[in-house]
Amino acid sequence: MAALIVEVVYRGIFQKNLAARIARGIVLSARKSGRWGIAFGRYGDSPQRNGIPAKDFAIVADTKEELEQNMARYEPKHTDVTIVLDDTLGKGVESWAWYGLQPINKLTVAGGTVLMTSLRSFDDLLKDIHKKDEPYTLALIRAKASFSGLWVYREDHTEVRMLGALARVAPQFLTLDGVCEAIREMEWGSDLKVASARKAFDRLETRPVRITEGNPEVPYSFEMPKWWEMREGVTIPAIPVGKPKEAGKGYVPERNPYFKKYTTRTMRPVIDFDTCVKCNLCWISCPDSCFDVMPDGTFDANMEACCGCGVCEAVCPVEHCITMVNESAFDDNASQWEAWRRDKGAYKTWLVDTIGNKKVTVRSHGFRFRGQYEEELKQDLDAGGVEITAGIPGENAAHKTL
Amino acid sequence: MAVTTAAPAASDEKELLISGSEAVAEALALADIDVVTAYPIRPYDTVMQAIAKKIANGQLVAEYIVAEGEHSQFEIVKHASTVGARVFCGSSGVGWAYAMECLVVTPPLRVPMLALVGNRALDDPGAFGVEHNDALFVRDLGWMLCWIDSSQEALDTTLIGYRVAEDRRVFLPLALSADGAFLTHSQALTLVPPREKVDRFLPRYDRGDLLLHPDNPITVAPQANEDWVIEIRRQNDEAMKRAYGVIEEAYADFRRVFGRGPENPWFEEYMTDDAEVILVGMGTISLPIKVGIRNMRARGKKVGLVRLRWFRPFPTERLVAALSGARAIGVIDRDYSFGSPFASGVVANEVRAAMYNAERRPPLLSFISGLGGREVTLEDVDKAADMCFAAAASGKSDTKTHWLGVRE
Ligand code: SF4
Ligand code: SF4
Repeated sequence: MAALIVEVVYRGIFQKNLAARIARGIVLSARKSGRWGIAFGRYGDSPQRNGIPAKDFAIVADTKEELEQNMARYEPKHTDVTIVLDDTLGKGVESWAWYGLQPINKLTVAGGTVLMTSLRSFDDLLKDIHKKDEPYTLALIRAKASFSGLWVYREDHTEVRMLGALARVAPQFLTLDGVCEAIREMEWGSDLKVASARKAFDRLETRPVRITEGNPEVPYSFEMPKWWEMREGVTIPAIPVGKPKEAGKGYVPERNPYFKKYTTRTMRPVIDFDTCVKCNLCWISCPDSCFDVMPDGTFDANMEACCGCGVCEAVCPVEHCITMVNESAFDDNASQWEAWRRDKGAYKTWLVDTIGNKKVTVRSHGFRFRGQYEEELKQDLDAGGVEITAGIPGENAAHKTL
Repeated sequence: MAVTTAAPAASDEKELLISGSEAVAEALALADIDVVTAYPIRPYDTVMQAIAKKIANGQLVAEYIVAEGEHSQFEIVKHASTVGARVFCGSSGVGWAYAMECLVVTPPLRVPMLALVGNRALDDPGAFGVEHNDALFVRDLGWMLCWIDSSQEALDTTLIGYRVAEDRRVFLPLALSADGAFLTHSQALTLVPPREKVDRFLPRYDRGDLLLHPDNPITVAPQANEDWVIEIRRQNDEAMKRAYGVIEEAYADFRRVFGRGPENPWFEEYMTDDAEVILVGMGTISLPIKVGIRNMRARGKKVGLVRLRWFRPFPTERLVAALSGARAIGVIDRDYSFGSPFASGVVANEVRAAMYNAERRPPLLSFISGLGGREVTLEDVDKAADMCFAAAASGKSDTKTHWLGVRE
């Protein structure tokens, strides 16, 4: 009598098909050893927006009754395994805007596993992941986050790698043979994918995490109001008018005090205040009104509000004045302008280093040139899978060429 | 039988020969509404015309906006109300249905709009006559629903309606239902009070903290998911519950200021004191039933009528008290609810539900009649009462719903 509860934390839109496939694959794999299961998404509108952290779940159990026992909740309160499809989610989840910040390991049970795709070191990741009162295991598949779009799916084997890894983490529920058999039978079945799952099983890296380890910050939270405390008429007070930054100069708008977007973004803008020509374009174009006007007329992107869309980078007329950089390069949400004001030389050095680092400036989603997908797929497989000899797997394999 | 003569108009009230629709327009002028929207559909168009005339004659200063359809019509007044305007709107039948999206959002936004539903059969077939299913669309959504049966009641209840809807404790929309043709197109002698009296009864609309204004910056209707929705519904529920007390207060005040109006806001009781059989209905069906009752009483049959005015909020306790003394109850619906319990009409099922916890539950019979504006005849009323007497004798409710006046 036992059940395995898995959550799959993913980036809205970019990874929704991936997450659904993993949750589905878990159930179909467990079915191979006669277990019952269900795969479901937590429905909501906001999660299905670009990059917003969202969740799918898979539950497998020995009996139907046990399955129902665990399904009776909208969202499981505890999970045996937390699968994380993008390592910037290590900073936490603000999935529906109103819960505050949920540490990524919050639902993971004592002795459970956080299973992630990442190219970063364990120690680096533990700078982001919040401390937990119970020990657990951090397990890594060496791969970068697999991002695609609303209507497309990226066939880079991430889903089968996750299944292979899960067979290592929870062998009493998913046997590797069961996983391989399920992969072969399923709509996306191919021997190449089976090989990827086996490799992931072998190459999974794990590290126990003690209760003393992790980001010590207390995650942001707030109390939800009672029905009689809420304003009537589906109204909320407008955000009040802002204030000058200092000494009557500049302008800092007030912002929604409940909805911070700390974990919504995968990238953030890095600004070169020395080359800024104060043209206002970033300030006007930012969809989330992130830019605070500084006393000197430059603009500082406020990290409480930035969703990481990259519009400011696109509209800035000065080369390399705004550069989008992956969240993994940052440990906090501090003001860049203040850092620049404190020590302009040090800031410049940091800026040049950061925006010159290809690792953190490469886009996590979208394709920049024709053939990029095939190129990346080959690289990914070289790193973790087998040589491509049989063409790209999938239902329409015959029509695809490298 | 005593002959009743019409009381002459009280000194300060004017007596006019007007239809139910014109009576509503008189009340709107007295209430000094700010914004009215219009899109023609029979029988609602009669109100439109009457208001347009009032404005043209200089008796009312208001924005009169002809929209391109019912959907926009209700959207416009909804927005006008949030910026503090006293608004009026209305429709009939499928026109009301076409506005449904706006009708649905009006109660949660706590917009105290007053709408007149000139009750009309739903297409198909295209028909003009009365059925109550149109107004009943919104019965579960936080709209207050009230049925009237005379021009006088149309005028009075319009004034009372604004007073109730615009009370800060309520802030819910009210749909006033007037039977197409029977009320909207029949002219009757009606007392019209002077403006000073109305001003004493009806305070200005004050939207308070919900006013959309630069001095009170708020966002109305943001996106909210399951972590907020049930609280918003609960707020609506509370507003509807508070409406009970506010309605009682408003009628008491109406009587104080105007010296007339019913003691019981919720329903009219006609010869129920000693009645063995009580018939229940809404709207102008009251007329043939009352005449039928008088005829039956002449033959020694003690029948009475409860004419329901307020359907939402539903006067559960008072209705149970009024009905549980009878030997049998007969509910005559001018609506249908296909596939509902006992295939009854909407009112019959509501009355049944209300009676469930009553200590004494007389047999209850359900009738459907007068659909599409067909006449409810005195014979129909007789027949219904006779079946009720039979049920009273046997002590058993009849699980069949009887269609009166259908060709068979
Ligand atoms: S990336 Fe730039 S434009 Fe987009 S939200 Fe952040 S600051 Fe605004
Ligand atoms: S768009 Fe670029 S140059 Fe223009 S104000 Fe913003 S940072 Fe400065």
